[in-house]
Amino acid sequence: MRQRSTFLFSVLCFGFAFFYIPIISMIIYSFNKSRLATVWGGFSVDWYFKLFQNAQIIKAATLSLEIAVISATFATILGTMAGMALARFSRFRGRTLFSGLVSAPLIMPEVITGVSLLLLFVFMERYFGWPAKRGFTTVTIAHTTFALSYVAVIIQSRLLSMDQSLEEAAMDLGSKPWQVLFDVTLPIIAPAMISGWLLAFTISLDDVVITNFTTGPGATTLPILIWGKVKLGVTPDINALATLIVLVVSIGVGLAGYLMYRAEKKRDRDIQMALAANK
Amino acid sequence: MAGVAPQRSGPAPQELELPGGKSGFRNWLDRQAWRDIIIAVPYIWLILFFVAPFIIIIAMSLAKSVIAQPPFKFDETWPYVTFENFERLFSDYVYLRGYLTSLRNALIATALCLLLGYPMALGIARAKGVWRNILLLLVILPFWTSFLLRVYAWIGMMGSNSWFNRGLTSLINVFLPAASEINSVPMMNSNFAVILVVVYSYLPFMILPLFANLEKLDYTLNEAAMDLGSRPMQVFRDVTLPLSIPGIVAGCLLVFIPATGELVIPSLVGNAGDPMIGRVINDEFSLNRHWPMASTIAVALLMLLVVPIMLYNRMQEKASEGVK
Repeated sequence: MRQRSTFLFSVLCFGFAFFYIPIISMIIYSFNKSRLATVWGGFSVDWYFKLFQNAQIIKAATLSLEIAVISATFATILGTMAGMALARFSRFRGRTLFSGLVSAPLIMPEVITGVSLLLLFVFMERYFGWPAKRGFTTVTIAHTTFALSYVAVIIQSRLLSMDQSLEEAAMDLGSKPWQVLFDVTLPIIAPAMISGWLLAFTISLDDVVITNFTTGPGATTLPILIWGKVKLGVTPDINALATLIVLVVSIGVGLAGYLMYRAEKKRDRDIQMALAANK
Repeated sequence: MAGVAPQRSGPAPQELELPGGKSGFRNWLDRQAWRDIIIAVPYIWLILFFVAPFIIIIAMSLAKSVIAQPPFKFDETWPYVTFENFERLFSDYVYLRGYLTSLRNALIATALCLLLGYPMALGIARAKGVWRNILLLLVILPFWTSFLLRVYAWIGMMGSNSWFNRGLTSLINVFLPAASEINSVPMMNSNFAVILVVVYSYLPFMILPLFANLEKLDYTLNEAAMDLGSRPMQVFRDVTLPLSIPGIVAGCLLVFIPATGELVIPSLVGNAGDPMIGRVINDEFSLNRHWPMASTIAVALLMLLVVPIMLYNRMQEKASEGVK
């Protein structure tokens, strides 16, 4: 037994080194004074200051955030509906197709989704005149479409693991189905909806391939801007930008994780107390 | 979906109907409306923005390419469509080689992910209490940070002047005779780089389903096997491994399918002379503006992946039924 644990331990160490050494290396080189990205020329935070003076980057980041907020919100609404349909309605016409449509975008190669969405938008522009040009609207629609699948999966698994007796009790007490939905179901799945929104938000913020196909001139998101720069090689200002993004995301994930952990703990405690009080 | 007959068979309370209720719009509003809306809205959205694009891309693969805006045209006489793109797909070696390179890279990367991911998932599943959560968070964290930036981080690592490359070079030179010492390890712009970065980027997708599977395994089975005299390796081979096959299949599909169609990684670190198919589609689309050919390559890629995608969808369906 001892021997295998040592083996697992060393693989874990290797794996996490593999995960984190490139990121740490990138962070260290963001403080590099030298313009040559791979040669160390002393410590400096110049690249960070230059970053905040770069209007192009600020504009792209703002656009990315706007798209991410809007598409994550739409994806959460649609994804919650889809997750509920899959978890609560065991039979309806076309359920198999629906369930396939919801889970397919999760693993569909992005190139295929991107090209086909672009063709759809070209057709729509030609035959319906809307959306008039590719840009903000088309990217938001594209992001909503693939992010809703992630939300649906989260909501579905939350609903399946949730105690249905609360909903049944509300029904027995005379609530109409939509009252049950708003008074019982939605408050219970609210944490899952928040994590779904956060996931949809980060996925939108991060997407390159689908955005690359569905965006138009004038609508350059941050990943598209980085993608264009990275093709030309490693530069210290991208290192600085990357470090900031990693930092923000880590803090965000850590904080969200901690808050959800605390909310869950509190809910468990409340349930325990309620049970104890009723004994 | 309005007017679907009320279903009495389902176990869910929402599907119960009061006998002899009101009829018409009010009745629908009271009992059925919310259910119909919840199903119909995402359904219509997905038909519009997921199914319709596929129908269009299939149609596009049967069109002719012309130098115009937009750059395609359908035949004006029967049968209106042409199969010349598909003929070219099989006759021009560039495309076949793209598929083969993609499949080979994706298969090698999937195997490496499994080799590294399985023991990691097992290690995390066997970890105690708080450690398990911390390790799991450490796996998920890179997954939340930008994919593009993780690829970028490796570009910095692999360049011929980087500390990593120089370190590796000196290490290799220790074993080489003085006459054939190398200046740097040529890592960038090769399929080796593509596979390395695919493994790096997709490893969490292997670890997470494996962990979910391994975590649920009943450890008493291992103890029972041990009590009956199995050695640890035998216990692993006869108990743990067979029981974790669903996790292995899920993880492999989650890595293999997107890796086959990968575009970002081969574009940034790959060999332009031996591109993966995602890059071929992108070049055909953006550089050559040959939309019908790009659509044809994409449709054929989808056909290639349809079996693993269906398999994955079935597993998802089964898993959600299992929870019920």
